[in-house]
Amino acid sequence: MADKSHGPDLILRHEPRDRVLHWLIVIAFVGAAASGMALFHPALYWLSNLLGGGRWSVILHPFVGIAMMLFWVPFARMAWSENRLQPYDRRWLSQIGDVVANRDDRLPDIGKYNAGQKLLYYVMVACMIVLLLSGIVIWRRYFAASFPIGVVRLAGVAHAVAAFVLVLGIVVHVSAAVWVKGSISSMMGGKVTPGWAWKHHRLWFRERIRSQGTR
Amino acid sequence: MALQSLDIRRRSATTTPAPMVRDGATPDVAKLIDTTKCIGCKACQAACMEWNDLRDDIGKNTGVYDNPLDLSGQSWTVMRFAEYENEKGDLEWLIRKDGCMHCEDPGCLKACPAPGAIVQYANGIVDFHEENCIGCGYCIAGCPFNVPRISKKDQKAYKCTLCSDRVAVGLEPACVKTCPTGAITFGTKERMQSDAAERVEQLKTRGFANAGLYDPAGVGGTHVMYVLHHADRPGLYSGLPADPKVSPLVRVWKGATKPLALGALVLAAVFGFVNYVRTGPKEVEPEDELAAQREKEQIHG
Amino acid sequence: MTNHWVDIKNADLVLIMGGNAAECHPCGYKWVEEAKAHRKAKLIVVDPRFTRSAAMADLYVPIRAGTDIAFLGGVMNYLLANDAIHHDYVANYTDFSFIVREDFAFNEGLYSGYDPAKHKYDKSSWDYERGEDGFVKADPTLQHPRCVYNLLKQHYSRYTPELVEKICGSPKDKFLEACKLIAATSSPTSAMTIMYALGWTQHSIGSQIIRAGAMLQLLLGNIGVAGGGMNALRGHSNIQGLTDLGLMSNLLTGYLTLPNQAEQDYATYLTPRAQKPLRPNQMSYWQNYGRFYVSLMKAWWGNAATAENSWCYDYLPKLDKTYDMLQVYELMGSGKMNGYICQGFNPIASSPHKAKMTASFSKLKFLVVMDPLATETAEFWNHYDEYNEVDPSTIETEVFRLPTSCFAEEDGALVSSGRWLQWHWKGAEPPGEAKTDIEIMAALYMRLRDLYKAEGGAFPDPIVNLAWPYARPGHPTAEELAKEYSGKALADVMDPKDPTKVIRKAGEQLAGFAELRDDGSTSCGCWIYSGAWSEAGNLMARRDNSDPSGIGQTRNWAWAWPANRRVLYNRASCDVNGKPFNPALKLISWNGKTWGGVDVPDFKADEDPAGGMGPFIMTPEGVARFFARGGMSDGPFPEHYEPFETPLGYNPLWGKGKGQVQNPAARIFDDDRKALGQADAFPHVATTYRLTEHFHFWTKHVRIAAILQPQQFVEIGEALAKEIGVKAGDNVKVSSKRGQIKAVAVVTKRIKPLTIDGRTVHTVGVPIHWGFKGVARAGYLANTLTPFVGDANTQTPEFKAFLVKVERA
Repeated sequence: MADKSHGPDLILRHEPRDRVLHWLIVIAFVGAAASGMALFHPALYWLSNLLGGGRWSVILHPFVGIAMMLFWVPFARMAWSENRLQPYDRRWLSQIGDVVANRDDRLPDIGKYNAGQKLLYYVMVACMIVLLLSGIVIWRRYFAASFPIGVVRLAGVAHAVAAFVLVLGIVVHVSAAVWVKGSISSMMGGKVTPGWAWKHHRLWFRERIRSQGTR
Repeated sequence: MALQSLDIRRRSATTTPAPMVRDGATPDVAKLIDTTKCIGCKACQAACMEWNDLRDDIGKNTGVYDNPLDLSGQSWTVMRFAEYENEKGDLEWLIRKDGCMHCEDPGCLKACPAPGAIVQYANGIVDFHEENCIGCGYCIAGCPFNVPRISKKDQKAYKCTLCSDRVAVGLEPACVKTCPTGAITFGTKERMQSDAAERVEQLKTRGFANAGLYDPAGVGGTHVMYVLHHADRPGLYSGLPADPKVSPLVRVWKGATKPLALGALVLAAVFGFVNYVRTGPKEVEPEDELAAQREKEQIHG
Repeated sequence: MTNHWVDIKNADLVLIMGGNAAECHPCGYKWVEEAKAHRKAKLIVVDPRFTRSAAMADLYVPIRAGTDIAFLGGVMNYLLANDAIHHDYVANYTDFSFIVREDFAFNEGLYSGYDPAKHKYDKSSWDYERGEDGFVKADPTLQHPRCVYNLLKQHYSRYTPELVEKICGSPKDKFLEACKLIAATSSPTSAMTIMYALGWTQHSIGSQIIRAGAMLQLLLGNIGVAGGGMNALRGHSNIQGLTDLGLMSNLLTGYLTLPNQAEQDYATYLTPRAQKPLRPNQMSYWQNYGRFYVSLMKAWWGNAATAENSWCYDYLPKLDKTYDMLQVYELMGSGKMNGYICQGFNPIASSPHKAKMTASFSKLKFLVVMDPLATETAEFWNHYDEYNEVDPSTIETEVFRLPTSCFAEEDGALVSSGRWLQWHWKGAEPPGEAKTDIEIMAALYMRLRDLYKAEGGAFPDPIVNLAWPYARPGHPTAEELAKEYSGKALADVMDPKDPTKVIRKAGEQLAGFAELRDDGSTSCGCWIYSGAWSEAGNLMARRDNSDPSGIGQTRNWAWAWPANRRVLYNRASCDVNGKPFNPALKLISWNGKTWGGVDVPDFKADEDPAGGMGPFIMTPEGVARFFARGGMSDGPFPEHYEPFETPLGYNPLWGKGKGQVQNPAARIFDDDRKALGQADAFPHVATTYRLTEHFHFWTKHVRIAAILQPQQFVEIGEALAKEIGVKAGDNVKVSSKRGQIKAVAVVTKRIKPLTIDGRTVHTVGVPIHWGFKGVARAGYLANTLTPFVGDANTQTPEFKAFLVKVERA
């Protein structure tokens, strides 16, 4: 067992800027999702208290959503190239049962992000676009009156569907982050152990090691 | 407007039953607007302003008689004027008092996410309780008649209350009381339907073969009904919908999909949790670190 | 109204023409809907515009503004040609059989006796032939060529459906459809009611239009019957009361008239007014004129009015001419009248030709305005943007504004169109320093009286002797005034049949005008109101709406003049034997001894019908007149004349360059002739009117009404809009020879171009309600445009048909 105090050299997985953006997105998401879900189903109406009640939820939700979008755009641009799908992603996906059952040794070597993360990324891209556009249409205070009622109704549905998909994705994302130890700390401190990188993202690990040069 | 003296049949964004002890004993009420007797004098608009203490802005003339031009937070009813040249080439001036139809199956209530912001009383009146209104405007999207309006002053939704405060104490709505020609009447829905049937028969003898009652089934019937000369073409009356329904989109959005979606989210979270507990965390083992170290050394020689 | 609002529900046919009842009288209009719903009545609306009333009609017929006589004459021609008249009725209850003087003539639009220099008729030839017995000669066989029937037939034979279409632009098929419906009411059991208003009055031929309507009703036997009548819809609450109480410049109360200059003594005044019967055994009720006059004088001057001074006859002014409003502003403009008290009236807005009005008012030394509102008249001297472009520094008129209470802040009676005096009670105290009109007038009077008492003057008697019996002289109450006009006995009043029997003790309120005497023993401020406040109390305050008659004769609701009679001329609802023509709608009948029923008989109560007394007891003939005799200034039969601003320039009755074009006797001053426009420069026919959302120039001061109709507009048809390149909501300029206004264009299908004698004539609707004061958006006074021309009989201005040009603003 390696001596932790002289432990392996850690690998930088998330730049400080990206970590800041990520957590800003998280905060905005929690605000938007709580206020949005409060309106989504009466059983969740209590969530509206997070932003100060139903009326405040309605007032703040669109602004929080816009803020989330603003943080998310540079974040998503940053992650764009690393989320391109690769041939091994298909194999990884086909072995999702092994993923779930922690039989990681059977999985193929993958890059910085696994196929699940990539799919989530694309789902997020799609959802965020839909949420932004439909959100503007149903933003009663400023814009809704300018759209035909049919468009508003369609936008209402689209917003709800996109939000549902997004939230579902985030549930998976959070579950995975909690499950895969080291993920959360990497988003906090930015670094992962070489073992973590080797185990979960071996191709990326190799790439990082190569680019690091000798120590 | 909140009103305690009438019992409530339905309550927006509420999954448990509303207080409904009086339901069944209270007869359904209805307002009957006979467009064939309506002279478009706007006395109903004035009465609505007077009773409800509403004063809209002094607007502009835009080239039509309609004023205010549209419903608003402070105009809960407006007259809509339509000029129609019939098959014989004769002009008809079809004037319709527009406002909340008080649907039996109210789309606004269905769409409303704020608990108790929209209620339906035991007598069928659909009412907004503005103190619970969060100003989201979903009621607008939910309404098949495009009636509710968000006030620019307080961002809350408003519409005709059918003078629920007057009705609760045995008075007719203010517009009914003021209508000079008796074009607006009020009573039990049953009575209004039979009055309408009688009037429709009269109209048929006066050359309006398609006269009829507008009480659209698509929304479960309404508690505001029209007698129309041309019941076969309600659209002639400034776009009164021929077959209003709560939009399927709204049904999708606010109907059964909501609990299903909620269930899906809960299920996903539960699955994650159960899986975590069952399989344990994905942890990096010392041997992984060793393997990483080995590889690193390999690469760097 | 000869009938009353509720009675309209008894009609089988309603003709709304020269009015827009649904728009301007929505509360009364409901009875039309009752008639439609419960009697299957039909509604015909004839109007230049497809109005709110037209929207409710079974038949709408368009008409060119100001051509109603041509239309009505055409209907009369149709009825006469098709013999669709009520024979029993016209034979017995009208002057059909009377023979007209041989020297009466009618040529190319002029009646005999016209003096072109004075623009006036000598009416002496417009009369019946008299027999040796002094009575009018008649030919019951109707064969005599000069009997009224034949003259009438001849006169209107020219008004063919083709001519109607040519003059009015009313499509022939629609016109004939209307004729057919109207003709059906000649049946004794079917009635048409005519509802009209200022759309008939406000023409240079207004009185004659109304007469034509009345004649039509007589032909059909529709006067005096339930569901019939000539029903004037009065435009202001209590304008009926205004005329009843003699506020016209030539009237005393109860339609007694002021003497003219030639009538310097009482006998000369009384004789032509207290007319003797022109036919045997007729009532000629005006024979009682002296009783009404003496009782009025006793009410006004009390003990000063004595038999010796002919009941203060010398106190009354003797008119050298009619001092109607057009005359008054003419005098003002020529500097002959330099002070003006303007009470409850907004003449700058309500009178024609605003520029002339402003010039006239600017010449006044002082102007007193008594009004609850800040009216345009009170502010005529003040600059309000383009809406009132005046230079205050050039106007020296001193303006006093005396704020008054409004009707809801006073007790009193209002008289409805149906002649009901309905008492009302104050709803609120007047604001600020506002006082009632009565208090202001009382204060003014008392100061004048004190000045006359102290300083004397040319003739102080009428002022200092005026009876002023009020408990608080500065505050006469509505109750005191009501009792005064209803009348009381000053001495014991005896039964004429038994001079020993006292029917009314001294000091008691009178039961009605039958108790009036011409010996000074009674006092009554307005004879037709006599009995409104009897010993039984204030009958105007009654509110019992029970209707045992089943036909709306709610006789214990308020009180109707005269004598609580609800339908005038109701004797004519029965045949010569006293049996109702239509038993289902019986008003009264003869039971062998007396007349009685659900109305107060308009007849001698115990007069056996066998005696042949006619039902029209106010005429000396006892019958109704088709031939007006001298009753009208501009001819005994209504004749079509073009409006003073005619879109044609000729009268299609005669053709270009021929015949009389305009009413030869209309009120017009020379300068105002010069201010008339011609069709080449002003090609569009304009007509002014009210909208239901507003009341006159008052409610632009009211927020709710201003919300409902906020901004000035004019209505034009789609064809005209296309022609001048305007779409709905654009601003247009409307100009006449006298001025211009700018307004939003309402472009509508409801105004169609008319084809008049082969040419297209466009109508422009100009609603009146806006001005430069109030909370509604500022606008121009519509009367900037209208001509200073008046009817020959009433001098009512011609607001309803004049020429303008509409163009893009």
